[in-house]
Amino acid sequence: MMAQPIAASKEPEAATPALDVSGLSVEFPSRRGTLLAIDDVSMQIAPGEILGVVGESGAGKSITGLAVLGLLESPGRISGGAIHVGGRRVDTLSEKELTKVRGREMGAIFQDPLTALNPLFTVGKQLVETIRLHSGMSKEAANDRALALLQSVGIPAPRERLRQYPHQFSGGMRQRVVIALALAAGPRLIIADEPTTALDVSIQAQITALLRKLCDETGVGIMLVTHDMGVIAETADRVCVMYSGRVVESGPVAEVIHNPQHPYTKGLMAAIPSLHDRVETLAQIDGSMPRLNARPTGCAFHPRCPYAGPKCSAATPPLVSVGVTRSACWLLQGGTQ
Amino acid sequence: MTAYVPALTVDGVSKVFDVSAPWLNRVIERRPKLFVEAVSEVSFTVETGTCFSIVGESGCGKSTVARLVTGLYKTTRGDISFGTGATGRPIRVQMIFQDPHSSVNPRWRVGDIIAEPIREMKLRDTEKETMARVRELLETVGLGADDAQKFPHEFSGGQRQRISIARALASEPELLVCDEPTSALDVSVQAQILNLMRRLQDELGLTYLFISHDLSVVRHMSDHIAVMYLGRIVEQAPVEQLFTAPQHPYSKLLLATIPDIQNPKRRVEAQAGEPPSPLNPPSGCAFHPRCPIAMEKCSKVMPELLHAPGHAKVSCHAVAEV
Repeated sequence: MMAQPIAASKEPEAATPALDVSGLSVEFPSRRGTLLAIDDVSMQIAPGEILGVVGESGAGKSITGLAVLGLLESPGRISGGAIHVGGRRVDTLSEKELTKVRGREMGAIFQDPLTALNPLFTVGKQLVETIRLHSGMSKEAANDRALALLQSVGIPAPRERLRQYPHQFSGGMRQRVVIALALAAGPRLIIADEPTTALDVSIQAQITALLRKLCDETGVGIMLVTHDMGVIAETADRVCVMYSGRVVESGPVAEVIHNPQHPYTKGLMAAIPSLHDRVETLAQIDGSMPRLNARPTGCAFHPRCPYAGPKCSAATPPLVSVGVTRSACWLLQGGTQ
Repeated sequence: MTAYVPALTVDGVSKVFDVSAPWLNRVIERRPKLFVEAVSEVSFTVETGTCFSIVGESGCGKSTVARLVTGLYKTTRGDISFGTGATGRPIRVQMIFQDPHSSVNPRWRVGDIIAEPIREMKLRDTEKETMARVRELLETVGLGADDAQKFPHEFSGGQRQRISIARALASEPELLVCDEPTSALDVSVQAQILNLMRRLQDELGLTYLFISHDLSVVRHMSDHIAVMYLGRIVEQAPVEQLFTAPQHPYSKLLLATIPDIQNPKRRVEAQAGEPPSPLNPPSGCAFHPRCPIAMEKCSKVMPELLHAPGHAKVSCHAVAEV
């Protein structure tokens, strides 16, 4: 179906990850002290890989995505660590330089496709403008590429669709347009923040299948931020579980889902009702995620953790390898005493 | 002895909304009046003490059914009747809404929010008894009796949903209509609320009409399920049967596309197509443009909801012919 490759011929060196985040911290200064939203988060995404970032509301997963894109809203700021996209450091760039990198090197897909598109311009105009801005193509060449992009994201009758306005598209089709826009400049990395949350399940399945396909075909790395473990299970290669601003567990998706190590991941997996068998009561994690201004000392999960010991409230556990996954829990690192 | 009456009987209910442009626009632009049938000829019964769920995608009319049952909307056609409660009067109905942030008054203390139905319906004689009942309700839903003095903003989303459950229970209802009660909550909190609702059902003998788009939640909660598509029930079956042997092609599509954590169907090509607009529904069976087994008849004749194998009712020509 696809005649021409969508990614620009920008063959990444095999060793360079699409995204390399190391020791990232994000803080929000406020009148009542500085709130640490992201605390020492590291993650890598290889080209052609989908990394799922999962967590409940307030875990810091969206902030991580925004920090990578350089879209943190003031007063939020990066207070530590480094972000490399395709081998280039982006967190130290000026706003002007960042504008060039954003779109060309990294694209973004957000939850609500209607607000991501300009309602006053046709989809074709928005696509052509984006392509020309980043590649300097002629109008005709950009038009052809826009057509190819719409085709590759599975929009039927793309020639007619180019002349239509966003309101003439359904929710699922709009999200496809946003994906086409994100791909327009052939980026190395796409940050997809809850891309299917506003869509119905049957449409959600189409969009996740599309992301998977594009990832395989173009070699773009995708950071899939979601609260839905089901979407992660169906789409991602690896997963990072976040809790209260830190990564508590990361590893291959099947391993984290079927054999979770961290007590939070265990609780989270057990709390999801099963499609296959019915239990009388679901396992529940009592309490809720701590607020940023009231984060417990030590491991932030310890007040809700059934296995917590004295060490858990005293010191923050580092993320270390436990079998094939990495996990941040004192219990897995030789006791909690 | 009177004949057994189920807790809720919905018989051939339809709801038509007028979505016309304003009068002046219609005159100037010569546009006709525009109507949308959000719910058409929906019939089902809910047995006392069970949980009946309605599932479907956005715009299928499931929330409209919930609002018709609670009387927030008036039916255009059809009847809704209730069974008799413990004391011989018709059973009482209450509703729990999706968003716990907008369904409680931010300026009222939690105690007043929960006490309002008790005061309004004069269920307790004195203020002292009312407040005692409020404290009891707060403890029933897993909050502290002292929380009556606080304001809603002091609580998290899950705790606020507990407050709205306590408020719903305050009028001593036998039937609770729950419209996506956990959709706004995180999974770990969702489990707390679902467990609470199951416990309350056992303790108080409640009947639930449960509206959700989340099939795994529905499977956990319900005894009976109705699948809606574009305003109509396309399949109705006991929960185990619907999940193990769905018969309508749309039910099959829903079950095939829902993300499955235990054994993900990775790299399976998703079925194309989107739900049509209720303003301009397809002729015949509304699902026929997306249906993999559609026949010529499907685009012409609307299939009826007929008894199918097991205890199911299915509205599909292909199933009826087998």
